[in-house]
Amino acid sequence: MHIDDVSLTLARGSLNVLLGATLAGKTSLMRLMAGLDEPSSGRVLVDGKDVTGWPVQRRSVAMVYQQFINYPSLSVYENIASPLRVAGLSQAEIESRVRDAARLLKLEPYLDRKPLNLSGGQQQRTAIARALVKRADLVLLDEPLANLDYKLREELREELPRLFAESGAVFVYATTEPSEALLLGGNTATLYQGRVTQFGPTPQVYRQPQNLVTARVFSDPPLNTLTIRKAGGAATLSTGGQLRAIEALASVPDGDYTIGFRAHHLRLEPSGADEIAVPAEVSVAEITGSESYVHLDAGDHRFVALVPGVRRWEPGTPVTAYVNPRHLFLFDRDGRLTAAGTAQEAA
Amino acid sequence: MARITLDHLAHAYKPDPQVPQDYALKEINHVWSQGGAYALLGPSGCGKTTLLNIISGLVRPTRGRILFDDRDVTDLPTESRNIAQVFQFPVVYDTMTVRENLAFPLKNRHVPKDRIVQRVDEIARLLDLTPVLGRKASNLTADMKQKISLGRGLVRPDVAAILFDEPLTVIDPHLKWQLRSTLKEIHRALDITMIYVTHDQTEALTFADKVVVMHDGAVVQTGTPDELFARPAHTFVGHFIGSPGMNILPCRVEGATAYLGHEPVALQRGYRNLPQNERVELGIRPEFVQLQPKGAGLPVRVRRIDDIGRARIARVEMDGRLLAASVPDNLSVSGEEASLRLDPHHIHIYADGRLVAGEPLGGYAA
Repeated sequence: MHIDDVSLTLARGSLNVLLGATLAGKTSLMRLMAGLDEPSSGRVLVDGKDVTGWPVQRRSVAMVYQQFINYPSLSVYENIASPLRVAGLSQAEIESRVRDAARLLKLEPYLDRKPLNLSGGQQQRTAIARALVKRADLVLLDEPLANLDYKLREELREELPRLFAESGAVFVYATTEPSEALLLGGNTATLYQGRVTQFGPTPQVYRQPQNLVTARVFSDPPLNTLTIRKAGGAATLSTGGQLRAIEALASVPDGDYTIGFRAHHLRLEPSGADEIAVPAEVSVAEITGSESYVHLDAGDHRFVALVPGVRRWEPGTPVTAYVNPRHLFLFDRDGRLTAAGTAQEAA
Repeated sequence: MARITLDHLAHAYKPDPQVPQDYALKEINHVWSQGGAYALLGPSGCGKTTLLNIISGLVRPTRGRILFDDRDVTDLPTESRNIAQVFQFPVVYDTMTVRENLAFPLKNRHVPKDRIVQRVDEIARLLDLTPVLGRKASNLTADMKQKISLGRGLVRPDVAAILFDEPLTVIDPHLKWQLRSTLKEIHRALDITMIYVTHDQTEALTFADKVVVMHDGAVVQTGTPDELFARPAHTFVGHFIGSPGMNILPCRVEGATAYLGHEPVALQRGYRNLPQNERVELGIRPEFVQLQPKGAGLPVRVRRIDDIGRARIARVEMDGRLLAASVPDNLSVSGEEASLRLDPHHIHIYADGRLVAGEPLGGYAA
C-alpha cells in the first residue's frame, strides 16, 4: 500500500482509466475506492457523502479482476444472476436483467453452460455481465483484459466503451497499456509510485503531458529522451553536437533540460529543413505488420524509432535520425513541461 | 544446436481418432533450420502448445516423428532431448542467489567452474543482471525473476533448442520492449535454434525470422513478418496479424473486377478460374484503405473514429458490414457520409478462406 496524496473527482457516467506500470498503485487506489482498504488519511466521498470507513458491503460497488472469477458450479445464467439473488430481487426482474446483460455481452448462446466450458473471453464476459447487472454506482475493472488473447482483447476493447456509455455508473479501469487507454477514451489518470501525475481527458493527457513522468507513463514504445544544456545562445546535446536554434529553446533561461519525443516522431529520413539530426547506429530492428521498430544507439542513449514500411535494417548500420522540433516536449530540471513546450504539437 | 524436423506429425488427445476434428494437431511437415528464430503464433486452442509439448517431449505424438538433426527423438523423454525451456511464469530457486540460479543448469551437467563463471557473467551482462548477481532471488520483483528464468534458459551453450512458452506474460509493457530486443540480440549472439510460443502478434513478429501461424490445429501459413503482412495466405492470417486486422468482404469476381454489392472494384490481376460454389472474399488491410470525402470512392457511413495517438482509424459501414480504414492526417471528418479509396495493389482475393493467386492481366484485359 503506497498511495500518496491522491485527489480525484470522477463524474457520474464517466469512464476513468488508471494508467501505470505494475505496482504504480492502480490496484491499491481501487481498493480504497471500493472500501476494501481504509486510507491512512483523506476521505472518499460519494455524491458529497463521506463514505470513508464504510465496508464494501454497504457501498454500491462492483469489481472485475484480471483473473476470470466465476462460480464454477453455477451456470453462466446463475453466475450473472448471483448478485441479484443476494439482493433479493423478484424472479421477473432477475430474468430481465440477466437477459439484457447477456445480450450486450453476446453470452445468450452460453447461458446454460458452466464457466469452465467457455473460452477465456467468454468467462471474462460473464464476470463483466455480473458486474453490470448489479447496476452499482461504481464499477472497478482491474486489468480485465490482461489474461485474454490479443484478438479477443481487441474485440472486447471495442465493445466496452459502448457498454460503459449505456450504464451511467462511474467506471474505473486500470491498465498498464497506453494504447488501451487511448482506445477506451474517457479520462485518464497517470499513476507513478502511488501518485497521480496528471488527470484529464485521455487524448489531452496523451498530447499535453505536463511533466516528464506522465509523458513516460503514457508512451509505448518508451519515450525517447535526451538532455541538453543551454548556455548563452548555444545548446549542447547529451548525444554530442550542437542544437541549432529552435523556437521552444529561445524563450527559456539557461540551464539543463530534458527533451522528450515519441517513437513515431523519430524518422530515419529527413522531411524538412529545420529538423534536428542525430547520428546513430542501428542496434536491432523489429518488424511489426506495416511498421518497423528500429532501436538506435546514439552515444549513451537508446532510442526507438517507429517507422512506416517493412525494411531490413542490419545491426551496426550507421544512420541519421531526424526529429521535427514541433514534436518535442521540453522539460525543465524538475521534469515539468516548460511554458515554451506547451504550445508544441508534440503528440 | 540442431535442425528440427517435424515429419508427418499429428496428435489427438482422444484415443482412436477418426476424423480431422478429432486431432488437436493436424498433420504437419516442417523443417526448422539450425540457429533460426521461430514463433508459433495463434489463439488459445489452436494447437501451438500441443506442438511445443511434442517438441519438448511432454506429449508423445499420435502419428509421425520428430528429429533433432538426424536423430529420431520421438520416444525420448524431455531430459534426454537436450533442450532448455522458459515458461510463462518465473521458475527460480528463492533460496539461491541470482548467480547460483543462473549457474544451476551448468552445475548439474558438471561444467568446469571457470567455464560456469564465464558463461554466467556473459548471460548476466546480456540480460542486465550483473548488478544483482549476488542477491537472493526471493527479494526480487516478478520482472527480475522472469529475467532470471530467461537467463537459466539461455545459459547452456550446447542445447539443441530453447523453447519459450509465452515468456513475457508477467512483464510490464515498458520492460517488454527492452526484453524483446535483448532476446533478439541474444539470439544473434548465441546461434541457437529458438522457438517462441505466443498469442501476441507483436511479440511473434518482432522476435522471429519465421512465424508459423496456427489455427484450428493446423499451420495456415509460415512466413517472414513482411510476408504475413503483405500476402496473408489465409483470411485467418489476414484477420489475426495486424491491429485492426484485414478487412474481409464477401464479393463476386468477374475477370479483373470484384463487386462489393453493386460497387465495382478494379483488380490488378484476373481471376478467371475461381472455383465454383466456394465462398469468395476480398481482403484488404486498413493501412491500404483510405477514408475520403463523400463521392471520392466507395460510399460508406462513418460509425466512429478511433484516435490511437499516432494515427486515426475510421470504423465505417458499407452494406451493413463494418470495415476499418486509415484517416489521412489532413482530412477532417464531418458527418456520417464518406467514401473509401482502396489501393488496388494490396487487394487479395480468397476462395473458402485461401488466397487465390490470379493471373497477370497483360494478355486479355485493359
